[in-house]
Amino acid sequence: MSSGGQRRNTALFVGALALVLVTAVGLSQFASDQPDGLEYVADQEGFAESADEHVLAEAPLADYGGNLDGTESTNVAVAGLIGVLVTLGLGFGVFWLVRAGGTPPESAGS
Amino acid sequence: MHIPDGFINPGVSAAAGVVAAGGFGVAARRARVYLTERLVPLAALVAAFVFAAQMINFPVLPGMSGHLIGGVLAAVLVGPAAGYIVVSIVLIVQALVFADGGLSALGLNIVNMGLVGAVGGYYVFRALMRATGNRRVRVPMVAGIAAFASVPLVAVAFAVEFAIGGTAESLSMGTILWALLTTHTLIGIGEGLITALVIGAVMSARPDLVYGSPSFTGRRAEASVQ
Repeated sequence: MSSGGQRRNTALFVGALALVLVTAVGLSQFASDQPDGLEYVADQEGFAESADEHVLAEAPLADYGGNLDGTESTNVAVAGLIGVLVTLGLGFGVFWLVRAGGTPPESAGS
Repeated sequence: MHIPDGFINPGVSAAAGVVAAGGFGVAARRARVYLTERLVPLAALVAAFVFAAQMINFPVLPGMSGHLIGGVLAAVLVGPAAGYIVVSIVLIVQALVFADGGLSALGLNIVNMGLVGAVGGYYVFRALMRATGNRRVRVPMVAGIAAFASVPLVAVAFAVEFAIGGTAESLSMGTILWALLTTHTLIGIGEGLITALVIGAVMSARPDLVYGSPSFTGRRAEASVQ
């Protein structure tokens, strides 16, 4: 791949990552706090009580920052930022391991 | 759509864990066929996007919200094998870091949203693409329709698990199935719209990177897809 194409790919990646961060840190502020479909049905049909508390319910980021000390707004933002970075990092790691093997890099010097 | 601990008994949860882990092995082998080095950042980015989008619960009914599952979205962008891995990664991060989705239910959630949602939904997408002439301009709309359909499919998968291994007693399975289907069909509308919008945006920027599109320039794991 040409270095121009490589630059364009990098620019697209950075732009898309910025949008992902805006979603997780910014748009998440406007998320509904109503129960989701499964929780709603569990409430209505009377099996919500059969859920056990999550083993990690006391973890700092449990329920997307619910246990943090800041305001609700900053807690969600912190949770969104950390979640995106952890998911991205784990994604890079896992997909690097499973990537198509045996094909040498197209340009070793770039 | 994240099953907490306790809804489903340990036996069925463990069986789903075995299926989910086996599925991960199969998905990794299949992804190795086509997921080249240059697609690694895209696949990681799709995982980050699905995580972010799942934070955005949108109102659906009074007292009920829904959020993206992202299975079809991921599978159309990076293929069903990598799509399954994307959904698994997101569910693992949510369960381990954010206490969202039970640890004992992780296998159930991966089976439902990864296997049924991403892989099953992808084959709904492929069938609809073939039925409509496999035109690249239709990729966003067809992906949206498959994404819409995938949500009640995932709900049915939960209903089956609940019927086999639900811990709550003296409930009417028929009523629960109906409630799951109606609510998740409504949530599916949001899933379809978001999926069509995002796939449309990627198709207009880089149609060569979209695995499910005839414009994809990389290799595919299935020989039959042209």
